[in-house]
Order: sequence, then C-alpha cells, then structure tokens
Amino acid sequence: MTGAGSPGTMVPPVTQGGRPIGQIRSGPQRSRAPRPRVMIHLVILAMMAVWLLPTAGLLINSFRTAADSSATGWWTALLPPYEFTLDNYAAVLNQSGLADAFINSLFISIPATIIPVVVAAFAAYAFAWMDFPYKNALFVVVIGLLVIPLQLTLIPVLRLFATFGIAGEFLAVWLAHTGYGLPFALYLLRNYMGGLPKEVFESAAIDGASPATAFFRLALPMSVPAIASLAIFQFLWTWNDLLVSLIYIGFNIENQPLTLKVANLVNSQGGGIHLLTAAAFVTMILPLIVFFGLQRFFVRGITGGAVKG
Amino acid sequence: MSDLVMAAAVVVGIPAALVGYILGVEFVLRIFPQQRRSKVRPWLWILPAGLFVFVFLIYPAIGTLIDSFKDRRSEDFVGLANYEYVFTNRDVIGAIGNNVLWLILFTALTVGFGLIIAILLDRVRYESAAKSVIFLPMAISFVAAGVIWSVVYAYDPPGSSQTGPLNAIVTGLGGNPVSWLRNGSTGTYALIIIGVWMWTGFCMVILSAGLKGISVELLEAARVDGANEWHVFRHIILPLLMPTIAVVSTTMIIIALKAFDIVYVTTNGNFGTDVLANRMYNELFNFSQFGRAAAIAIVLMLAIAPILVANVRRFREQEAIR
Repeated sequence: MTGAGSPGTMVPPVTQGGRPIGQIRSGPQRSRAPRPRVMIHLVILAMMAVWLLPTAGLLINSFRTAADSSATGWWTALLPPYEFTLDNYAAVLNQSGLADAFINSLFISIPATIIPVVVAAFAAYAFAWMDFPYKNALFVVVIGLLVIPLQLTLIPVLRLFATFGIAGEFLAVWLAHTGYGLPFALYLLRNYMGGLPKEVFESAAIDGASPATAFFRLALPMSVPAIASLAIFQFLWTWNDLLVSLIYIGFNIENQPLTLKVANLVNSQGGGIHLLTAAAFVTMILPLIVFFGLQRFFVRGITGGAVKG
Repeated sequence: MSDLVMAAAVVVGIPAALVGYILGVEFVLRIFPQQRRSKVRPWLWILPAGLFVFVFLIYPAIGTLIDSFKDRRSEDFVGLANYEYVFTNRDVIGAIGNNVLWLILFTALTVGFGLIIAILLDRVRYESAAKSVIFLPMAISFVAAGVIWSVVYAYDPPGSSQTGPLNAIVTGLGGNPVSWLRNGSTGTYALIIIGVWMWTGFCMVILSAGLKGISVELLEAARVDGANEWHVFRHIILPLLMPTIAVVSTTMIIIALKAFDIVYVTTNGNFGTDVLANRMYNELFNFSQFGRAAAIAIVLMLAIAPILVANVRRFREQEAIR
C-alpha cells in the first residue's frame, strides 16, 4: 500500500450485460476463450511462483536460527535435517518491543478507520440525495483532492499539531488519517448511495420520513457493502501506513506503530535477517487475516468507483 | 491505560457525537419554515467532513505553497530560490530522474503484467486461487515488502554461500554476485520491481473486472468469423478495455510519483536511488530546510496536476451519463 491516503482510483463503470463487477469469478459458464494450452498453464504457474516465493522465503527465514539464516539460503531449510525455532518471534515481541507496537497499531488503526467512515457517510448522503448550490463544484474539489500527495500537507499540519501540543500523540494521527482518508471515503460512498433506487427515498418522503430517518433507516443499512469495503480499505491503509506515523508520531517511542518500529529496526541494522523477517511477519499477520477473510469486500473496494448498487 | 480509555471513548464517542450532531441539526431545523429547512440542511450535513477536508488538505496545501517561497525557517520571502535549488541541485535532479524512471517502468510493468495475467487467468479453472496469489502483496505494508525483498536481493561476497535466491541463481550460472540494492546501476530498478510485485494485483483485479464486462457473444462471433486469438485481443479486447487501462495507468502514475515508503525503508535514498518524496522528508527532518521541502512538494503536485484535470473531466462525463 502507498502509506496513507487513497490510491486515487476512479474506475469507470465496467458493468455490461448486467454482470456484477468486483467479484473474483471463476469457472465461467460459457467459454470465453478456447481451451488453454499447456504453455499457458506453465506461464501462469511460473508467475504464481514468482509472486509467492519472496513471501515464502521471509516466512521460512523467520523460523530459522541466526546462524542458519546468515549462512545459507532459506531454500536449504526445505531439506532435512529440520531445525526450526520460535526464538526470533520471542525476541522481536519482547526485546524489540513489537508486542507493544502491535497494540499501538491497533490503537491507531481502529479509530482512524471508524471516524472517517462515519464523517463521510453523512456528507456522502447529502451529496447523493440533497440539492444545494455549488454541489457539483464542491464534489469536483473532492475528486481533485483524491490525488494530492500527502507531502503537500505535512509541514502546516505538523505546525498545527505542535501548536495544540498533540504532535506525537495518537489523537494527531487519528485526525490526520481522517482528513486524508475522507476524499476517497466521500467518493466511494457518494457513488454507492447515489446508485440506490430513487423510489425508496421518494416514497419515504411521501410517508413523512425526515431526511435523518431516511438516512439511518434506509440509506445506511442499504450501503453496508460499500461501508464494509471502505472500512477494510481504510483499516489496511492506516495499519500499513508509514509516512503519517513517521511525521506525526515520529520519535515518541511509546506510541510508535509496527511499521515505524520495523522501519527503524531495518535502518539501524538492529538485528540480523532472522529478527527482521520475524518482525516483518508480525506486521503482516493481521492484514493477511483480513485479506483472506474479507477478500470479496477488499476487491469491491478497489473497483469502488464502479460500484453502483 | 489512559490510552485505552481514550481509544474506547473515541471509538464509541465520536460516532455517537456525530449521530447526535445530525439529530441536533434536525431538531434545530424545526424552528425554520419548511422551505428554509431544505436549503440549510445539506450545508449542516456536510459541515463535519468539510471541516476535516479544509483543515487537513486545503489549508495545509495553501500553506505549503506559501512556504515554498520562503526561507528555511519559513520567515522571509526568498522568491524562487527554493525552486531554483530543486531544478539545479544535482541530488534533487537525480531524484527527479529516478521518479521519471519509476513513472515509466513501474506504470508499464504493473499495467502490462496486470493485463497479461488477467487475460491468461480468464482461460483457466483455478482463476480465483491464482488471483489471490498475485493480489496478496496488496494487503501488506511497504515496510514488510522491503524486508521480504531484502532477503531476495541479499548479497554475500563472492566465494561464500549466497543467502539470497537471486544471487544464488546468478552464481549458480557462473556469474559474480551483485549487490542489487547498494549499487547505482541496479538500485532503482530493484526498488521498482518491489513496487511492481506489490501493485500488479491491483491492476489485474480492475482489468479483469473490465474483461468480464466484454460480452462473450462478441468474442465468440469474432472467433467464428475466423479471427485468431491475437486478433481478438488486438481488435476487440484491447479497444474495449482502453478506458479501464487509462484509469489504471493514471492510478499507477500517481503511485510512482508519490513513491516513498519503499525507498525510505530499503536504501533511504542512498546509492543513487533517491526519489522526490524521500528527498522532501530528508530536507524537512534531516536538513531542516522547510522552504526547499515545500518547493519539492509543490513540484510533486504540479507533476500530478494533469491527472487531476483528467480525473475531473472523466467525472463530469460520468455525471452526464448518470
């Protein structure tokens, strides 16, 4: 992931023939292409191997002793005699303080996910279903903000945090992640809510429902898939972010998240490859669980601009 | 412990406060006559988001623009001196050159591989498993990816056993081990490959969704008429996918221009691998040159500006169809 901030994707609608997009589909009912030849299978398998082996190497090295991983390549561990150890994990979690950093990462990511999603939901509903002057012009500003580099904001925001005495605190990172995550959140939710059936809101209005009721009882429950995608995305951005923590938490060691701790370990050469690999895997555990558990939502979040109900 | 209380207060309190805010708005609006209500309401609904966007994006962007014309402490105006520095300093020019390399190679490789993989996987039964494998690196951080690839690129002196698979292959073929990352001629390429490994899955997923949108009948009709697979790709799939390819490419260009984490973690810009975003960080925190750092940020923004314009134009077109 790119540190913090949205990838700035604007995907044109790719639904044609009424097929839902954003799903990893397999086994098409009708042949889309001729039966694959052996060559194609070999090319695909080779690519899968290239994509998997770096991570496999990391995982294997993280269970090897310091002596082994500095002497021979990780692939030699695949042959007997097998000598694996959990010592590296014990070392990084305790001595290197990664257990604390793991908690810090959770402390940062969970509020930094919830706040922008909630803030964006109201505004997205207003953009989708209310009329007001300059509505489109304002939304064009949001589209523009999707792509601005965070670097453009660092110095003034850091000064602001210093003025209020919250530089280095979790609060600073929560607020910053909220601001940075909002353009994408607004874009995704506004597109999704705008695609909900018009009749639902019209009949609710005729029945005397206030906009607040329509929002809480209709728009919000109907937008759960988009909100889920957005929340997963925002969680992974904030969990994987380095830049925002580096700038706004910086040297406040107590509050450093995993990414910052591991980056410091790498830069200080603090510990051999056996420790770095274990440390890197600790940062990956949660994203991998989220990825495998919620892949469908994750993919839908990526094709987000195209999600239309 | 106090942090835990605060986090709990934030997680529960902020959503509750916002719900309370909306209900409060509705309550206050009852004072107004019916017509005025629907005029005032939208502004109050977008106010919280608007405040965040203003404080964390718009206000600081303007501040940075002003800082870029001021000295290192942001006190006195120095005209265009910071921009002169950006475009004349050899190290910064080197970083700009690397950004250009990122922009071309990273974009071409991620979109190219993404397209090839999407098309190949469309033909096999294990499509979703294979997609998960290619897509997986998207979920992890650049920091973790940096460590993963430092194992791949590991270098041991000639003669000793190589712990990195890449150099093991090179020496196995009779060559000398290469210090991939700490070497001016390969460093940036090695970093770009890490980026490609992470982002190809993203391109693949979007291009694949676009591919599934092309009607099967169209492809079958072409094949029945005797078109071979290359013709089907060149004259049907490629033109129909072009809008999707354009969008994915612009996203990759933005990522290439903003590249930071991967450089910071692996080489910190040494060995001729620096990029603008990392240079900006160093100007800011290591050299305390606020003016120069601001000027680099503005240059980055100007590089991204054409894409911003294209996005806005595309949004307008989509709205027109809506």
